Amino acid sequence: MNDLTRLSAHEMTALLRSGEVSSQALTEAHLAVAERQNRALNAWLAIYRADALAQATAADERIAEARHEGAAALNALHPLCGVPIGLKDLVSVKGGQATAGSKILQGYIAPFDSTVTARLRQAGAVILGKTNMDEFAMGSSCEHSAYGPTANPWDLTRVPGGSSGGSAAAVAAYHVPVSIGTDTGGSIRQPASLCGIVGLKPTYGRVSRYGIVAFASSLDQIGPFARDARDAAILLHAISGRDARDATSAPVEVPDELLKLPTSDDEAAGYLRGRRIALPREYFVEGMEPGVAARVREAVAAMEQAGAKVEEVSLPHTEYGLATYYIIAPAECSSNLARFDGVKYGLSDRTSGEYIADYLRTRGAGFGPEVKRRIMLGTYALSAGYYDAYYLKAQKVRTLIKADFDAVWAAGFDAICAPTSPTVAFPMGAKMADPVAMYLSDACTLPVNMAGLPGVSIPAGLSDGLPVGLQIIGAPWSELSMLRLARAYEGITARAPWRDLEPAELQLTDDPTTPSPIERKERLNAGASATGSGKA
Amino acid sequence: MTVAQAAGKSGALEKYEAVIGIEIHCQLKTVSKMFCGCSTDIDGAAPNSHCCPVCLGLPGVLPTINKAAVEFVIATGFAIEATVASTTRWDRKNYFYPDLPKGYQISQYQLPLAANGRLTFDTSDGPFTVRVNRAHLEEDTGRLIHQDLDGRRVSLIDFNRSGMPLMEIVTEPNIRTAEQARRYAEELRLLMRTIGASDAEMENGQMRVEANVSIRPIGREAFGTRVEVKNMNSMRAVERAIAFEIERQAVAIDAGESIHMETRGWDEGSQSTYHMRPKEEENDYRYFPEPDLPPLLTTPEWLAEIKARLPELPATRRTRYREAYGLSAYDAGVLVNDAAATALFEGALAAGAGVPAKLLANWVTGEYMRLAKGEGSGGSTDPAELAALVKLVAAGAISGTNAKEIFAEHFASGAKVAAIVESRGFRQISDAGALGAAIDTVLAANPAAVADYRAGTLAAIGFLVGQVMKATRGQANAAMVQTALRERLDKV
Ligand SMILES: [Zn+2]
Repeated sequence: MNDLTRLSAHEMTALLRSGEVSSQALTEAHLAVAERQNRALNAWLAIYRADALAQATAADERIAEARHEGAAALNALHPLCGVPIGLKDLVSVKGGQATAGSKILQGYIAPFDSTVTARLRQAGAVILGKTNMDEFAMGSSCEHSAYGPTANPWDLTRVPGGSSGGSAAAVAAYHVPVSIGTDTGGSIRQPASLCGIVGLKPTYGRVSRYGIVAFASSLDQIGPFARDARDAAILLHAISGRDARDATSAPVEVPDELLKLPTSDDEAAGYLRGRRIALPREYFVEGMEPGVAARVREAVAAMEQAGAKVEEVSLPHTEYGLATYYIIAPAECSSNLARFDGVKYGLSDRTSGEYIADYLRTRGAGFGPEVKRRIMLGTYALSAGYYDAYYLKAQKVRTLIKADFDAVWAAGFDAICAPTSPTVAFPMGAKMADPVAMYLSDACTLPVNMAGLPGVSIPAGLSDGLPVGLQIIGAPWSELSMLRLARAYEGITARAPWRDLEPAELQLTDDPTTPSPIERKERLNAGASATGSGKA
Repeated sequence: MTVAQAAGKSGALEKYEAVIGIEIHCQLKTVSKMFCGCSTDIDGAAPNSHCCPVCLGLPGVLPTINKAAVEFVIATGFAIEATVASTTRWDRKNYFYPDLPKGYQISQYQLPLAANGRLTFDTSDGPFTVRVNRAHLEEDTGRLIHQDLDGRRVSLIDFNRSGMPLMEIVTEPNIRTAEQARRYAEELRLLMRTIGASDAEMENGQMRVEANVSIRPIGREAFGTRVEVKNMNSMRAVERAIAFEIERQAVAIDAGESIHMETRGWDEGSQSTYHMRPKEEENDYRYFPEPDLPPLLTTPEWLAEIKARLPELPATRRTRYREAYGLSAYDAGVLVNDAAATALFEGALAAGAGVPAKLLANWVTGEYMRLAKGEGSGGSTDPAELAALVKLVAAGAISGTNAKEIFAEHFASGAKVAAIVESRGFRQISDAGALGAAIDTVLAANPAAVADYRAGTLAAIGFLVGQVMKATRGQANAAMVQTALRERLDKV
């Protein structure tokens, strides 16, 4: 074993069970690289060395016991037993922080496990730490974190995408084989695309939201990041299923076939034969980088070559997606974030002696500009006299967007293929001054949230040396067939040269002279204010 | 009926009609809170001892519905002849206050569980029907406690009450008098207790009554300016506060003053309402559908099941008591309005075959209720024993006076009626020979009364009966004594 961090989760499973490697060794190897490189990447907000090693020891004991009992007991273990994992810092882990990337939750310690956390513990996964994110999952670049931006390991001057940028960068940089993110408008798929990994947003209701700090309740879903489809499927399997604590989680069976995606590339590729794939013309939008469009069309052509039937379709209400999303998501967040008032936990300014004034001070100091912008948008959209014109109208458009997709499934398509992000990773600071430009990063992903559908972004090559993601969108509860498609695409591109590439600037993260993303941001800000004063 | 009757004091009130709407919050009697598993047994509990991440509104928590609470509201809906929704929804009511941990309250705005109901009850002017606009479910808030701590004025928060299930019942403004308002609240309280939905004790906040009161010149359609009255902690306070408010508004209008939109509190000490806060504009609560809870479908099967489980309701029971047992409307009302009395009455009827219902009802509304409400009334009554006692009285086996003594002893000690009769030697003297001797003695000892009677003062016989009863230590059959006395006095 040259470098344990280069293993996929399913490779780790095999080695753990055969006894060739211990979870202790795996965990130590991943901790070492995460601790060493985090200064240059800022992917982690917390690394739990002692807890992780304790969990690894427990996993090793479980595996040893099962091995002693026999093959059946060993197979009954979840494949994630003993495998290190990272959690976005809005997942509640009992006794740990859950900042949601915000100053307002500084000092808050969750007194309970989220359902996802509990299921991961049950599976025996080793929680390495908490990853960086845009504040309250609002953003597409990870630059809206109150704890500094995360760098993209492919180009440290660029963003990893967001909001789950830390989770994506950590997997891309081999700090963990898999991690957990959340996706409200693209926050798993877009950073997966920008970091060159797999990121899946499940069907709304597939994964319990209990214990996940909420952004927009009707859109939020929790999902896996991984470096291949098989690992994504394994992690999805561990966290899915009805939870009595989440009334919106659905009593839909979690297929065990998620644990048995084909190992052989050729066998995997066979799944494409006869599949009907829809290519929505509205998703090749103006402003899309030609390199991105080209990679996506090439990927679809390769699938066609392998036996899939590809047809162009229309999703006519796509153009209204962004506008309606930016009414519904802020409306829900304006209410969800009302609890952060400084009375019970986190940041609290009690200097005024009057509660409303204390609220204003606490929230004024605790929330960043993007969060404030969305709270204001949402409060406005829900106000008396505006509710019908904005919120109610947006809900109606939402049903039209969903109907667009329903028509595609009714026509017998197995999946929709589209770009994940209109661009490759963009430079830090490039879109911070223009919120709408930032919002457009999610134009191809947020309709999927509006319709409650599953979507996965998988690597589809590079454009100008940076990863491009292919988005596969499926009908509700079709995660298994989407992941089989994703695995099939891996099969037909297994020998493509870009498959062997590691993130181009990963080596730099070991160099102590490499500036940290926080330093980069400070320089950018200094530059911007210099320009600003020049203008004045 | 008139407003003057309700408010009473001012002649000016003859000119005005009151328009009253009532909002009642009832704490539902569920085992756990509305949206989490915390126990509702919070009375006297240490602050913040009955809380969990959900009712504290910690980041990431989600509500789950307490089915029992929903069923109580549906049952109430059926009991007030309301339309029960086939689909209901939860809405968020957004506002900031330290006792509201999530910054919003989960309530029902657009699709309440029950709508368009009514409740009919007796008043001193006869039956009256209040139209109920809606009954819906929501969660309670925490409680602020203001106190001095280490020399500083502080506000402490107790979240034990946070997330307790509340039913809010809102009437149409078709109530016209303070008495109607009180009677409505009383009848609703009785209904809650009968259904088992709430203990509805006003004193400890399980039932909170608020009234919207305005007046208008009799004959005018348009409503006057409405004032909200709060802090009424008893049924008596409800009636007095509303009567006071009607009077206050009438006097003010007559004096050429205008009424302001405001919230007023009832002050028990001064028996008057006082200004609490202005109510310039309706708050914008930015209601929107609660995205954490899917709409709730109430299937016809489920509704039928809840309906079938409903106990006999007070109105039905009163009618039955009148029709089946010949009770007066008043007695039926007194019996039914007291849950313990109803239970005793029903229990005694069930336990004692052939016990005369009307006589039994008199005993329950009379002796039982007198003792039960008495000072330090730690006693109890076994329905079977009461039935046995009433049967003895009806058969003439013991006198009414002795029966009261026996009942009092049973109430205090729980001893069996038969045992008390035995040990005290209470056995009614209905033997003509034994009575004759006692009567002879009394007649001989009271020549003046005998003379009065014979001279035409017939009432003197009452005195003589009393003397015989006294001589027999109450054991004589009073009716027989009277007949025997008459026979002897009229003979000569
Ligand atoms: Zn609770």
